[in-house]
Amino acid sequence: MILNASGCLDALTAPEVAREFDAFVTKTVTPLQREGNAPVRIAETDVGMLNSIGLANPGIDTFLADLLPRLLDLGPPVWVSVGGFAAAEYADLCARLERTDAAAIELNLSCPNVAAPEDEATAIVAAARAATGKPLFAKLSPALPDLPAVALAAAAAGADGLALVNTIRGLALDPATLRPRLGTAAGGLSGPALRPVALAAVHTCFRATGLPIVGMGGVETGAHALELIAAGASAVALGTVLFADPGAGARVREELAGEARQRGFADPLAARGVAHADLDGAPPGPVVRVADGARKRSAQVGLKV
Amino acid sequence: MLRPPGRLLPRPMSLCLAPVGELGFLVDPIGPGTRALTALEPGDQVDVLGPLGNGFRLDPERPLLVGGGIGVAPFPYLSERLGCPPALLGFRTADHAEAAALVPNAEVVLEPTLVTDALAPGFDVLACGPEPMLTAVSRLAPGAQLAWEAPMACGFGACYGCAVEVDGRMARLCVEGPVISARAEMTTEGGVALSVAACSSGRALARRGGGR
Repeated sequence: MILNASGCLDALTAPEVAREFDAFVTKTVTPLQREGNAPVRIAETDVGMLNSIGLANPGIDTFLADLLPRLLDLGPPVWVSVGGFAAAEYADLCARLERTDAAAIELNLSCPNVAAPEDEATAIVAAARAATGKPLFAKLSPALPDLPAVALAAAAAGADGLALVNTIRGLALDPATLRPRLGTAAGGLSGPALRPVALAAVHTCFRATGLPIVGMGGVETGAHALELIAAGASAVALGTVLFADPGAGARVREELAGEARQRGFADPLAARGVAHADLDGAPPGPVVRVADGARKRSAQVGLKV
Repeated sequence: MLRPPGRLLPRPMSLCLAPVGELGFLVDPIGPGTRALTALEPGDQVDVLGPLGNGFRLDPERPLLVGGGIGVAPFPYLSERLGCPPALLGFRTADHAEAAALVPNAEVVLEPTLVTDALAPGFDVLACGPEPMLTAVSRLAPGAQLAWEAPMACGFGACYGCAVEVDGRMARLCVEGPVISARAEMTTEGGVALSVAACSSGRALARRGGGR
């Protein structure tokens, strides 16, 4: 299963790109409209890309009235990413999505360009869980000091899956002036530099929670996608690669199937978790049992525990 | 959008020349991405995505092309399409002004003279150049078509990086521009970190031609 990473594709301006994915994940929607950060918002570095978009979005009212119906018309299931500054805001966003045909909700708990709500992960997931029966995915920052502990807390609070990872903080300076290239100085680092970070995050959270994981971070090829699956992901999302290659969805899917076959896996998901096989002589797989509700709701969107 | 081998992101470029079977681009090597483009050798492959965005309207009655610096890039092809209208091009030095040879019917001014010093009234202006020039042109020629630029990672609305303020709201230049009528109030801040000249003359997202 291949998705786009939230904020890395506008299905309304590039519908043919969105249709290449098994589901389209929206840019994060917040309670109120946000214009986003002042320019400059992006910069390429030697090892990845920095962005400081600042959660620009029209707000939940306009999203529900204008954007979501058009997104649903495109065809692929729509996962709505939501973000707020308090548990009650997430709960309200989820309650309003409950009455729509959105396939799943991703809780953005990790945007590095706003005040970090990581400490409230448990409260936010629990509030969201109380507000919706839709599959809930917690998107976490890999920069958390104890990521698996937060992932486990999210699972205990009712998350059905994890989305790993969001960007990490980075800074680029103009070589001539030695001033920050982004308007906000630091921004979110994505692209190739994030690849080993994402692998480690998926690896540790798979072991800790056993939840379905949408793995993302620097994936450019089918081989990269297969590595995330081996670390424990059951779906893979594409982000920065789409900017340079809008056809990456179909390409990575095809490459992934080939890479899996080459290694003797009939299906790419047969490789899920194999990276764990030799750790301490343990069998591949998580160390905890996944709750029935999470198992059921993840299956609704095609993700196996 | 053009991406040279080995670079993560492409760069937005306007079409400069379009003889049959070829696409020509005028690139100022101001950073790593544009330097990689200008270092290409015959036979090298480059990823091409386009045409993208909203280009100049080709219906003005009395067109005048007004360009500053590398903003001359879209004018050779645009001039051809418009039947070689007059052009007014400003450059920092005589060296930079060499590019004017690509534009027929062009009057060239060099700093400290600015194109706005030499801009005659009564024309339908199509302008491409640095932001201060576009702002000055928009005051002298209301209704001018202005090709703006902003750092841009994708060119098709995905990255939200090229947002600029238009009429008091943030708009993605790749979706609503890069050519925007001067009636709209525009402000961008800072750099050309990723783009050289985002003046495109395209319409819709097309599949890229090059292999990966």
